[in-house]
Amino acid sequence: MTQLTFARAINSGLRKSLENDPKVILMGEDIGTLGGVFRVTDGLQKDFGTHRVVDTPLAESAIMGTAVGLAYRGYRPVVEIQFDGFIYPAFDQIVSQVAKLHYRTQGAVKMPITIRVPFGGGIGSPEHHSESPEAYFTHTSGLRVVSVSNPQDAYTVIQQAILSDDPVLYFEPKRRYHDKGEVDEGIDPRTALPMDTARVVAEGTDVTLVAYGPLVKTARDAATAAADEGISIEVIDLRSLAPVDYATVEASVRKTGRLVVTHEAGQSGGLGAEVAASITERCFSHLEAAPVRITGFDIPYPYSKLEMHHLPGLDRILDGVDRALGRPNSLSGLEG
Amino acid sequence: MSTDRNLIQLITPAGERISHPEFDPWVKDIGDEQLCSLYEDLTVIRRIDVEATALQRQGELGLWPPLLGQEAAQVGSGRALREDDFVFASYRENGVAYCRGVDLTDITRVWRGTASSGWDPYTVNMATPQIIIGAQTLHATGYAMGIQNDGADSVAVTYFGDGATSEGDVNEAMVFAASFQAPVVFFCSNNHWAISEPVRLQSHIQIADRATGFGIPSLRVDGNDVLAVMAATRVALDRARHGGGPTFIEAVTYRMGPHTTADDPTRYRDANELEDWAAKDPIQRVKALLERKGLLTGQVQQHVHDKAEAVAREIRSGCIGMPDPEPMDIFKHVYSAPNSWLDRQQDHYARYLASFGDPAGATSEEGAR
Repeated sequence: MTQLTFARAINSGLRKSLENDPKVILMGEDIGTLGGVFRVTDGLQKDFGTHRVVDTPLAESAIMGTAVGLAYRGYRPVVEIQFDGFIYPAFDQIVSQVAKLHYRTQGAVKMPITIRVPFGGGIGSPEHHSESPEAYFTHTSGLRVVSVSNPQDAYTVIQQAILSDDPVLYFEPKRRYHDKGEVDEGIDPRTALPMDTARVVAEGTDVTLVAYGPLVKTARDAATAAADEGISIEVIDLRSLAPVDYATVEASVRKTGRLVVTHEAGQSGGLGAEVAASITERCFSHLEAAPVRITGFDIPYPYSKLEMHHLPGLDRILDGVDRALGRPNSLSGLEG
Repeated sequence: MSTDRNLIQLITPAGERISHPEFDPWVKDIGDEQLCSLYEDLTVIRRIDVEATALQRQGELGLWPPLLGQEAAQVGSGRALREDDFVFASYRENGVAYCRGVDLTDITRVWRGTASSGWDPYTVNMATPQIIIGAQTLHATGYAMGIQNDGADSVAVTYFGDGATSEGDVNEAMVFAASFQAPVVFFCSNNHWAISEPVRLQSHIQIADRATGFGIPSLRVDGNDVLAVMAATRVALDRARHGGGPTFIEAVTYRMGPHTTADDPTRYRDANELEDWAAKDPIQRVKALLERKGLLTGQVQQHVHDKAEAVAREIRSGCIGMPDPEPMDIFKHVYSAPNSWLDRQQDHYARYLASFGDPAGATSEEGAR
């Protein structure tokens, strides 16, 4: 076990992948000499060379499109999109090519591309640096979408994503980059918990609280705070956003009868809607209250002085838990 | 403004072989026999195009993008490639596909709607047709970066049209190709029309000159001259193979037909323009050259005719005889490993189909992962 920051854990996972497979190649803006604007790829170009860790010109569609060509050639490109809000120029290549080529060619051409995206807010940045675009990609068939919440998963899942023959969007909660945690670097990604499974990170009996990425920590803090009031929250770290491991969520909701989903992304058409609808379909008769979504608002990501109003925090989540439990809450009297 | 560069031309529209000190050496191996063979390719490809167009008119294909008039650009370049070179083309390069050895039935598959694409790219080293305009130029550039990493001397070749040169992807591809000096050839078939939009709307300068700004050398070649196209392509391939980086080729040609069988070009272009280009026909000039050289014997003509007709019969029977896909095939190959979301939908749809006593539903479980 080693104490590693979140960013360092990803770095270590990338290093393992580069060591294990000569076909793994890292591409992105400022990832080489600089080591990435968040230093996630620090030192990798020095150790693996400019042909394995490639600083690219500033063109996201080209980064993605050339990754497609490299995948055709048998490589496993790992692409860094510098910030969430910079992914849109690459959107066409991701949605029209990366996601569809395996289907288009009836399995002849594999697209084992990993797309690393630092995402989410809470770091006081200007526009385009704090977004949560995951739902665009969970809505696109052919892609797998994951988000990790702790250094150990960061280390293991990045390797699993690179090993996957399907394209994987790997969302990194940038405000957690400096959080530290114990990481077992001896873990084998092939036998570890598969990346498309969710994990119960805190057991509870009264309400199921589903989170992913940056909000898993917030959700766990909420569970701890609620315990003081005698409320038992079961926290699920989704880990995989496409597909969602509904078996794990369903088992929890069958036990608690109540569901709260939280994410930073805006509410409408988001993951929370998907989880709430699917769980309602699957175990309607076990629900004792309507599912509750505690999410960012349907607004462009706001200026940083007000971002904490947009981001679901511990208190807003607990207010949602109260709503699910039928306890007095901010909307008491409004619901019908 | 750009300089108005003369086109590279080795065979005039009248069928006269003119000498060109710079490019002649690149086709010195093309003797009488090879010239007859190129004539056969051109004729066969036009016949494929005519047959496919007829199949569309008869309702056997949903759509077809004719290449009428562009045969020389496709044969001249297609026959210049080595087997281990890799092609990333648009939907109109069916003549290139023929040169790569793609099965004729496979060419029609996507247009008949029995599959999203027709062949395994690795069997012929050619990606299946790209429909998003210009997207494939990035794939070729990335593939070329892979060739470079592997230390191989093959080349990635990408085909696109004049309209595509306005797309961001094509411009970004040239940025990457130049920065990494990737072994890629950008082959632009300037057929003068992007559906209804004339080339002058795409570019204020000659298309070939666009490459200059990226630091990529370019060639402007008579796209209706099979020999000149071959020479230019060989120059570009040779440069790429020997570490010289990318080359941009503008093959100046003309789309004699509609954009696709769903298009009506009489709404936007002048009949006179069509007449002018008919006089520069790529097949007629090779035929005239062969006649001048006394090579167009009755035997040669008969052989080429028979081959073209045999190919036409093959494409027709292959197309019409193609089995329809099974309903549950729509779920195949979305992912390379099981996916719980899709597996559930697939299972539910199989049950739905089975509820009608539909045999497709009953057998679908076989196809299910």
